[in-house]
Amino acid sequence: MKTRSFADAIEDALAKAMARDANIIILGEDVHTLRRNLFVRFGKERVLPTPISEGAFVGAAVAAAMAGMRPVVEVMMVDFIAVAVDALLNHAAKINVFSGGKWNVPLVVRTACGGGYGDGGQHEQSLWGWLAHIPGLTVVVPSNPADAAGLMLAALEHDSPVIYLEHKLLSDYWLDLLGAGGRKTVQFDVPPHGTRGPVPKTPAKVPIGEAAYLREGNHMTIFSVGVGVHRAIEAAEVLEKQGISAGVIDLRTISPLDRNTVCEAAAATGRILCVDEDYENFGLSGELAAVVLEQGIPVKYARVCTKETIPYARHLEDQVLPNKKRILEAAVQLMQK
Amino acid sequence: MNRNAENIKETMQPDPWFLYRLMLKSRLFEIEVTRLWQEGHIPGEMHLGMGEEAIIAGVVGQLSEGDAMALDHRGTPPLLMRGVDPVLLLREFLGRSDGLCRGRGGHMHLFCQNPLAASSGIVGASGPAAAGFALAARYLRPGTLAVAFFGEGAANQGMLMESLNLAAAWKLPVLFVCKDNQKAITTSSPSVTGGVLTERAEGFGIPAEAVDGIDAERIWHAAHEAITRARKGKGPTFLHARCVHLEGHFLGDPLLRIARHPLKEMRPMAGPLMKSLLNPKGSSMGKRTESLRTITSLIKENIKQRFSKQGDPLAYTRKKLQSDKPRLKALEAVVEAETRQVLAAALAPNPDD
Repeated sequence: MKTRSFADAIEDALAKAMARDANIIILGEDVHTLRRNLFVRFGKERVLPTPISEGAFVGAAVAAAMAGMRPVVEVMMVDFIAVAVDALLNHAAKINVFSGGKWNVPLVVRTACGGGYGDGGQHEQSLWGWLAHIPGLTVVVPSNPADAAGLMLAALEHDSPVIYLEHKLLSDYWLDLLGAGGRKTVQFDVPPHGTRGPVPKTPAKVPIGEAAYLREGNHMTIFSVGVGVHRAIEAAEVLEKQGISAGVIDLRTISPLDRNTVCEAAAATGRILCVDEDYENFGLSGELAAVVLEQGIPVKYARVCTKETIPYARHLEDQVLPNKKRILEAAVQLMQK
Repeated sequence: MNRNAENIKETMQPDPWFLYRLMLKSRLFEIEVTRLWQEGHIPGEMHLGMGEEAIIAGVVGQLSEGDAMALDHRGTPPLLMRGVDPVLLLREFLGRSDGLCRGRGGHMHLFCQNPLAASSGIVGASGPAAAGFALAARYLRPGTLAVAFFGEGAANQGMLMESLNLAAAWKLPVLFVCKDNQKAITTSSPSVTGGVLTERAEGFGIPAEAVDGIDAERIWHAAHEAITRARKGKGPTFLHARCVHLEGHFLGDPLLRIARHPLKEMRPMAGPLMKSLLNPKGSSMGKRTESLRTITSLIKENIKQRFSKQGDPLAYTRKKLQSDKPRLKALEAVVEAETRQVLAAALAPNPDD
């Protein structure tokens, strides 16, 4: 084991895979500076800065994947994926079915997501539920360095398109670039175990579609991804002191959802609480309820999500995004249901 | 300010004093924004228009009642020069409920109904917005136009090129203003752009003109012709103006940070770069050194730009006004005093809180 930052763990995984597989290329805006180490090591033929033309370069990455390459296409922030959504929704996700299963699209879309640093509602969205809604897209959201490496390795070996979401509060360089800008005068609620942590010397793949139990609990199970996982653990520690035993499960993959683990945990505790930084309506939190109810598991249910467009002002933003206080309130209410 | 604008229209000649005043107002305001950002009172990213002022002044200085502006992520100078209350703008940046957008938009998402202006943090989005404002103008405010401000990076965005076509096909009253600093964030624009942007616009049948973006008076002339065409229903025009961004892509731009504190900022980068250069598995050493050179030349270029005063549009116009030093001093004193008042008013406690 060695201690790595979230961002370095991803880069190590990419470097390892790129050294092994010459068909892996990285393309996206500013990748020669954002991925400067890979740019120097593998050269401009394999790390290609693009124009600000998401529709063109994401679409091109889809077709390059169809034609034998393994592109890692970077869309700086998931919000900007909107500009390229046709390439994902109508093409990447559907090629395999349209070709009768003969044609794969081994594509990784790497994109930064999430809020908590004051960039406003057009740069801080999560959108994993929105993307996971589309059949044919795999969506992963790591919450710690080991999973960040493991999920990247898995994504790079996956034969269908994977959206890899990198939370900006976990990736130190994103937070510095967009939040701090070199300043020491601003503070962020950064989960320490998310940004730095042990990574195996030879990182292991984290299987796609496999959730992780992070904390056992008898009274309820909290499900989350990304930064939400850390907020949930903080809340569970407080709840324990109040006599409420809350388990925490990191889903890690949004789609395909680890239904077995979700149902098992729901059946065991009878209470589920979803902590989801993505929008509340028609998303991951509702999906969890549906999955459990479809199995006929009787549960009490609550959720703490983002309900509205994320406001710019930091104090408003902190209220809108799932935070420890909101999770605690929801958990206490859930116990009374 | 409005009276001055009226005068200009009557004389059909730009007034460098008026243009300098607009530019200075914006510059001094953004210097205060920089300070407040550095002190941590303004969160997140902050994209300034420092270096673009001549382009903005030359265009916005001759807009009239009913004209619309579609803005990018550098919306502060156009809004200030259009006469939007600077106190409301600054309060917005501070995230206050008494700000222009109640603290919910921030500097990339500024909206104003009168004068009509909307900004977006999505690169290229000002193209479709200007086309739509111009379409509405045709029904509701004949004789007015819409201006789209965007960078040369945005010129490669599909929606912007589609908007050029739409505006040309429908003869919409749009003035497309491309502010070209040759850099799409840190990517050299020529390295990712095919052809010449004015020719690209001409390919859509849109008259296009390249003007030096340092010279507010020249911008004014070019914009004047375009605005007149638009008002007469003769369709869109494309203006291309070179400029520099004196504070980089945004405040805290890593390339500028390196230029300012090379040793401190380069230290954490150097180790991983050397490891990448020397790792046994990778591309050939020739290719690796070439890649490394790409990065170091990017840094060198920024250091050079940092220490040259070239490209500052305020210095350029100010030089012209040096012939009347007392008037220049008086004007600067007035704008400085106004900025201090704005600052004091913006920082006063919010009675609603």
